[in-house]
Amino acid sequence: MTALAALIRRDIRIALRVGGGALIGVLFFLTVVVLMPFAVGPDLALLSRLGPAILWLGALLASLLTLDRLFMADHEDGSLDLIAMSRTPLELACAAKALAHWLAAGLPLVVATPVLGLLLNLDMVATGAVALTLLAGTPALTFTGMIGAALAVTLHRGGLLMAVLVLPLSIPVLIFGVAASQAAIAGPLSFGAPFSILCALSLVSLVIGPFAAAASLKHGLD
Amino acid sequence: MNGLVQGQMQLTGRGVTCVRGGREVFSRLDFQAASGEAVAVVGRNGSGKTSLLRLLAGLLIPAGGTIVLDGGDADMTLPEQCHYLGHRDALKPALSVVENLSFWADFLGGERCDAAASLTTVGLDHAALLPAAFLSAGQRRRLSLARLLTVRRPVWLLDEPTNALDAAGQEMFGGLMRAHLARGGMIIAATHAPLGIDARELRIGGGV
Amino acid sequence: MSLIDLANPTRFLALSARVLPWLAAATVILLTIGLYQSASAPDDYQQGATVKIMFIHVPNAWLSMFVWGVMSLASLGTLVWRHPLADVAAKAAAPIGASFTFLALLTGSLWGRPMWGTYWEWDARLTSVLILFLMYLGLMALWRAVEDPSRAARAAAVLTLVGALNLPIIKFSVDWWNTLHQPASVMRMGGSTLDKAFLVPLLVMAVAFTLLFVTLHLAAMRNEILRRRVRSLQMMQASQKAA
Repeated sequence: MTALAALIRRDIRIALRVGGGALIGVLFFLTVVVLMPFAVGPDLALLSRLGPAILWLGALLASLLTLDRLFMADHEDGSLDLIAMSRTPLELACAAKALAHWLAAGLPLVVATPVLGLLLNLDMVATGAVALTLLAGTPALTFTGMIGAALAVTLHRGGLLMAVLVLPLSIPVLIFGVAASQAAIAGPLSFGAPFSILCALSLVSLVIGPFAAAASLKHGLD
Repeated sequence: MNGLVQGQMQLTGRGVTCVRGGREVFSRLDFQAASGEAVAVVGRNGSGKTSLLRLLAGLLIPAGGTIVLDGGDADMTLPEQCHYLGHRDALKPALSVVENLSFWADFLGGERCDAAASLTTVGLDHAALLPAAFLSAGQRRRLSLARLLTVRRPVWLLDEPTNALDAAGQEMFGGLMRAHLARGGMIIAATHAPLGIDARELRIGGGV
Repeated sequence: MSLIDLANPTRFLALSARVLPWLAAATVILLTIGLYQSASAPDDYQQGATVKIMFIHVPNAWLSMFVWGVMSLASLGTLVWRHPLADVAAKAAAPIGASFTFLALLTGSLWGRPMWGTYWEWDARLTSVLILFLMYLGLMALWRAVEDPSRAARAAAVLTLVGALNLPIIKFSVDWWNTLHQPASVMRMGGSTLDKAFLVPLLVMAVAFTLLFVTLHLAAMRNEILRRRVRSLQMMQASQKAA
């Protein structure tokens, strides 16, 4: 347990220090959302209708792009070798790293949502709904994306290839995330059904992600 | 000095074959090492010195043969009883020297010594609170050595350990290795340069 | 050069060389029968002659999923048993599966043109198949991105299995999303209501296409094994020069 806590503490510390990537994700999120009105026009009614979708797409891309180096950095400096050799099961170590990443890079996205909601003319209820769905859904994005991050180490390739591999897997999260937000804003569906499916997706990815990442990392370290 | 190993340990490899990327690096290698013994793995470039150490560390899977450790902690696998000191130092430049060291001590767990004392031993006590980014290559290597001292492990797998170390550093490191062997530890080092201690030579891939 | 690696594939090459002509012949015969029966099947009272696209479309759609199943089995072979033929099988299957999936999409949209009045409709089934197609392409990109096949094999196997776990979830999500946005699906042809005049040629075509896959897959596996041998020989040549 101390081993995992130490790993989480270390990763968060690195993310928050100089050269860490925690705040770049939020900045990217902000930039994507600011770009949208330039593409669709400054029509506030249209923006508020598209708001949840824009926020979700921005969060999806931001959390995916910051994941790129989740394992790669540890691989390059040799830390991953020592982590793989240690008594801590690699699956748990992967889960701890993903959790640390979510705390440092995913949670700030949720916190930034209300500010961005203002820009998109979302009211209080809508902003709250989007923030809540992001809170429930971004863990799924992180834990699905970590598979791609682990593949990037095995393949010695990151970037676009990883995005191409992982994005199709995150379609369900996007569908239910946006659907739950829309349901809370306009109906006619209840908020509960898509939201609980979204939570279920997060829980499933919490299990699949670490196992798949560890399977890819194990013996992929040569 | 606390007793590191209860009994005598014996590391045996039989018919070990290593294949990487479809290429056979070495085949049917037999080797042996016992407590208190240092083995220097020598051979030309590409003969598989690093691969052998990574096989022992469990980071590569042998294509054939067996590697067995007798007399160690029965609850732990061989890699869990090894320290691996590779080409890369496993240090995070954003963290301070002492943060780097205490992270590995916490993460690796097991029997441990005082981190500050190990830093003094390797001559980094003056830099404990500085970010690791400010360290020179030699100092980074010293910090890696401090990891071997802080967390007690019976088997040291060292890949070109004296790289980047100056004369004083090599002398200090020789003393550390002798102390480790005296405690009943085991060292397997891949090296071009003289190791600085008495070691049995294991030549691989040089037969051509 | 590792002879261990080649022992098994060598037997495979010998065996497949004997089986392949028979398989190819059976495929041609069944395809001929199936195509003849499809052509002579009666027109649908609603869809007219366009219903005949079904005889091509459905086998392709069936194979697009079947091939992923084959790749998942092969991936288990790679990850669990480390069988030397498993990743050859997985790699060889990906482009074939992608082709079947593409044909399913193409015939689906050709079929949709007279039905919907447009080539593309975000219909739940078509959308799921499109995502499947994207995943096939991603997998092929992965195989192509890495020079060392054994390194790519592991990553591809993990991705294939994760994909296999995810495909039902994606299918479910897309169905759900589709009913949310357009309640009435246009294509409602339950398999049970299918007339016998359609069912028999359809089954023949499905078997014929499956045989076609097996034939192509075996041939592709042979090519892949030979390609890897060339690679090993070249590497051997390089290391001899160095020594």
